[in-house]
Amino acid sequence: MSDPTPLSAADVAKVAVLARLNLTDEEVERFTGQLASILGHAADLAALDLSALKVTEHPLELINVLRTDEVRPSLDRAEVLSQAPAVADHRFLVPQIVGEEG
Amino acid sequence: MAELPDDWEMVVGLEVHTELATATKLFCGCANAFGGEPNTNVCPVCLGLPGSLPVLNEKAVELAIRIGLALHCQIAPSVFARKNYFYPDQPKDYQISQYDKPINGIGHLDLPDGTRVLVERAHMEEDTGKTTHLGGTGRIHGADESIVDYNRAGVPLVEIVSGPDIRSAEQARRYAAELRSILIATGASDGRMEEGSMRVDANVSVRRGPDAPFGTRCEIKNLNSLRSVQRAIDHEALRQVMLLEDGQAIVQETRHWDEDAGRTQTLRSKEEAYDYRYFPEPDLVPLAPSDEQIDAIRASLPAMPAERRRTLVALMGEQATESQADQIASVVDQGIDRYVIAAAAAGVAAPLALARVANELAGALSDGGHLDEDTMVVLLQMEEAGEVSATQSKAVLADLVADGGGDPRAVAKTKGFEQMDAGALDAVLDAVIAENRDAWQRYVEGDDKLTGFFTGKVMAATKGQADGKAVNAGLRQRRG
Repeated sequence: MSDPTPLSAADVAKVAVLARLNLTDEEVERFTGQLASILGHAADLAALDLSALKVTEHPLELINVLRTDEVRPSLDRAEVLSQAPAVADHRFLVPQIVGEEG
Repeated sequence: MAELPDDWEMVVGLEVHTELATATKLFCGCANAFGGEPNTNVCPVCLGLPGSLPVLNEKAVELAIRIGLALHCQIAPSVFARKNYFYPDQPKDYQISQYDKPINGIGHLDLPDGTRVLVERAHMEEDTGKTTHLGGTGRIHGADESIVDYNRAGVPLVEIVSGPDIRSAEQARRYAAELRSILIATGASDGRMEEGSMRVDANVSVRRGPDAPFGTRCEIKNLNSLRSVQRAIDHEALRQVMLLEDGQAIVQETRHWDEDAGRTQTLRSKEEAYDYRYFPEPDLVPLAPSDEQIDAIRASLPAMPAERRRTLVALMGEQATESQADQIASVVDQGIDRYVIAAAAAGVAAPLALARVANELAGALSDGGHLDEDTMVVLLQMEEAGEVSATQSKAVLADLVADGGGDPRAVAKTKGFEQMDAGALDAVLDAVIAENRDAWQRYVEGDDKLTGFFTGKVMAATKGQADGKAVNAGLRQRRG
């Protein structure tokens, strides 16, 4: 195992913040155990000697899947906006995100 | 405010985002167009609707490689990655970017003064949608809310990241200007900063002298013009020096440049530790351009601005003057140096061609219009041969550009700009001298300032049709 540092409750709490999850203390404790077991499985794989194998960037063996630069029809705006929870001025209305104008 | 006090030195690196001049977005067939009606260029892919899948635009790949080659980057096999964050400017809650395997690795950009700036990487990513804050007094809702237009979401970008090699705000401006010229020359971007086609962020820190370790840096966003780049960096470096001189510490953070107020202000603190949790984009396979493709793109690249400037400098014959150097930089930047080259190849004096192209032609073209090189060359030849005066040449040029072309001689004739025959000019010269005997006497006695007076009189009498050089020759001849 390359990283012997055990997963802490603080790690799980940080990941929860990043994922915008509100976890109770009891959930943090429970998920710490579950996530540690998943990481343990990854550590088992990391312990194997894979130096002879090629790195797999993607499960498909394809590269360079490309399309030509030709405009295709977009969706009807009224239909698009009808799916939005809130709309103003033909735009999606969302809670303000401080400082993220642009 | 170009100098920092004492031995302080600023350390600057720039991150430049450029939109690519494709017809469609990076991962879908929606039009890549500026200024359309909001949310009209959107589809399931760029709206992040469930079940939609991105497919990479081959033109965007080609343009990204053109940028990489122009910046002497290593073109490498690359992998797209998801950059995860929760802002509504990306409807997917992640942005598809490149992380540990960018398409363009280490390269460099040489500034006109010879300074070499490292380019750490130039990777591909998708642009965000445009958010507009309605604010507490917003006209639509009273609450603090934002509205989002996703026309820009998914537009292809290349982000060019420089090394921390820049040491002054003026140098940062010159880097951005040179990069802009290069992007335009490659055809990858129109370089229009005012439309957001090219956007600059600056990482700025200060330290005591060139041997001190790097200080804590702040990232300045919203630099929408070359002038803003220079002003904001000067301001930010001085702000940091004043804090440090006052015994305070620099907080690593993102700051917003307010062009009107002329200062930077906190946008968000890095305390919330930005952790984008990049991971490989499972919906896209790796990109690995072949050597043949890279070589073909390299062969198709036109001469870059630095080389084109050198070509024009060489055409000037003698050492180019400072104003000629400015004109050369300007015509290369505008992509109209080809007129000067064509004229010089046809035997026109290069300084005359440069002056007319940098001033009159550039001005006329910027008002909209068109002119082919051959027509410009003919007009310059007419002016050089004295068929039309400088004033007349400019007037003919304006008409030609506005009409998108034409026969310069026919235009000159229509405007009544026929070459004055020598006899007619002689008669006018004699008449002007006869009407101004006192002035002529002083001129003969050596008052050279009166050359302009007599030239003006002749021009007025001939309604500008006389050739300035012929007038001067006639005056000198009569002076004896």
